[in-house]
Amino acid sequence: MKDGRYNFAYLDERTKRMIRRAILKAVAIPGYQVPFGSREMPLPYGWGTGGIQVTASVIGPSDVLKVIDQGADDTVNAVSIRRFFQRTTGVATTERTAEATLIQTRHRIPERPLTERQVIVYQVPVPEPLQRLEPREVETRRMHALGEYGLLHVKLYEDIARYGHIATTYDYPVLVNGRHVMAPSPIPKFDNPKLHMSPALQLFGAGREKRIYAVPPYTRVESLAFEDFPFEVQRWDAACALCGSRESFLDEVVTDDRGGRMFVCSDTDYCGERQSGRAEAA
Amino acid sequence: MILQASHIEKSFGHRAAVAGVSFEIHEGEVLAVVGESGSGKSTLLNCVSGRLRPDAGTVSFRTRHEGVKDIFALGEAERRLLARTDWGFVHQSPEQGLRMEVSAGANVGERLMALGERHYGRIRACASDWLSRVEMDPARMDESPRAFSGGMRQRLQIARNLVTRPRLVFMDEPTSGLDVSVQAKLLDLLRSLTRELGLAAIIVTHDLAVARLLAHRMLVMKEGRVVEQGLTDQVLDDPQHPYTQLLVSSVLQP
Repeated sequence: MKDGRYNFAYLDERTKRMIRRAILKAVAIPGYQVPFGSREMPLPYGWGTGGIQVTASVIGPSDVLKVIDQGADDTVNAVSIRRFFQRTTGVATTERTAEATLIQTRHRIPERPLTERQVIVYQVPVPEPLQRLEPREVETRRMHALGEYGLLHVKLYEDIARYGHIATTYDYPVLVNGRHVMAPSPIPKFDNPKLHMSPALQLFGAGREKRIYAVPPYTRVESLAFEDFPFEVQRWDAACALCGSRESFLDEVVTDDRGGRMFVCSDTDYCGERQSGRAEAA
Repeated sequence: MILQASHIEKSFGHRAAVAGVSFEIHEGEVLAVVGESGSGKSTLLNCVSGRLRPDAGTVSFRTRHEGVKDIFALGEAERRLLARTDWGFVHQSPEQGLRMEVSAGANVGERLMALGERHYGRIRACASDWLSRVEMDPARMDESPRAFSGGMRQRLQIARNLVTRPRLVFMDEPTSGLDVSVQAKLLDLLRSLTRELGLAAIIVTHDLAVARLLAHRMLVMKEGRVVEQGLTDQVLDDPQHPYTQLLVSSVLQP
């Protein structure tokens, strides 16, 4: 139920307009980080303040909202953000990817392919893909402006020289629309191929760093790599212990203190659907 | 002529660091700029290498394909591309010119990757080749620059600059800070590399021995002006200007 003491979706209308302008600019220049006047939100930095502001600016009364954290709908971050929007907007919420029109996420992209009528909002802690290589922000902005991205390959080179393979497994840098290199937020590189030519609008919000960026529907998104060391996603020897999937991203769960462990899908909705589907078929 | 500087002026506040310097340098020529500390030689080097915009004057460079260009009339992207391909810049302290947190191989390969080389094997082969050309052991290419001595770091910095086959290299006191035997070896290497590759080089130094060993021609600077210039041997053996005479006579003989 909507709490009448707050404006719809918590933010005031002028703030939402400001954020929408930043979003429009971000959509116009895929992968470019647009600065915006990030507001204080009633949750700490690192919990998704950027994602919440983006969601609050695009959500409408007819939207159906899904919030996930590490692929799951029932983790603390997902639960508190979902409740926040229930109280401030009164919109319907769901745990089912297929029913959602707006999905806010941290660390994962749902396994079920997204559609044209969906918008996905990513929570981003570090929007600058060059930050760990070049600490000066004036310099990183210039590098983006001039398209000087050789440094990212220096990082990948270093990975191969040290470990024999590209050891970056999450927040794996991507080239968007052949122009801007973008941090895809800390999703596993397993999810990188889902960014490419996605029918859904993808929005990224970084609250502390005050940046918004976007990948419009059907945009080319390539993961950086070398010709002789191509981009590869993680693979598991196991199948999900609950639904038997061999295609999804698996989490390792320790089950006891005697070395017992099992692998289960990180996407709880995907896993649940497969289990109930199997139950119906039986 | 590969680079021509005319009437370069640069002031910091009221103090003129470079006050109207002109010179040109030809392909394959090594030019030394000597003078005491504060004479404006490093500022001049920064101006002609496009790192610092002069208050007045022009710097023209003969590009590989597009004729003579005024480097400050180029866009920033073009100027930076030029600096990464046709030019090299060797800093006095290797820490300034190297990426200390990545391996020697990555340091040498960086320019190749910046130019779009995307084949790991080829980058590695090229880096290994250049390490041996500057007389370093290619087996150490995965070590951090921190694992190398001062002289080795300087060699690494040179290899990193030469990997794109530049035609002009700027060097700011490349041998100071090294002990004399290492200095001698590095000078030897620089001399053979410039000859072998037909490199043009502008070397800023306060060490007249470096100028004598490497340079064909030299400029003597004092208070932002060139007081004397000519062939190296001529200037050092028969200095005309009182300041040059003082400079030459102040060299310690062991």
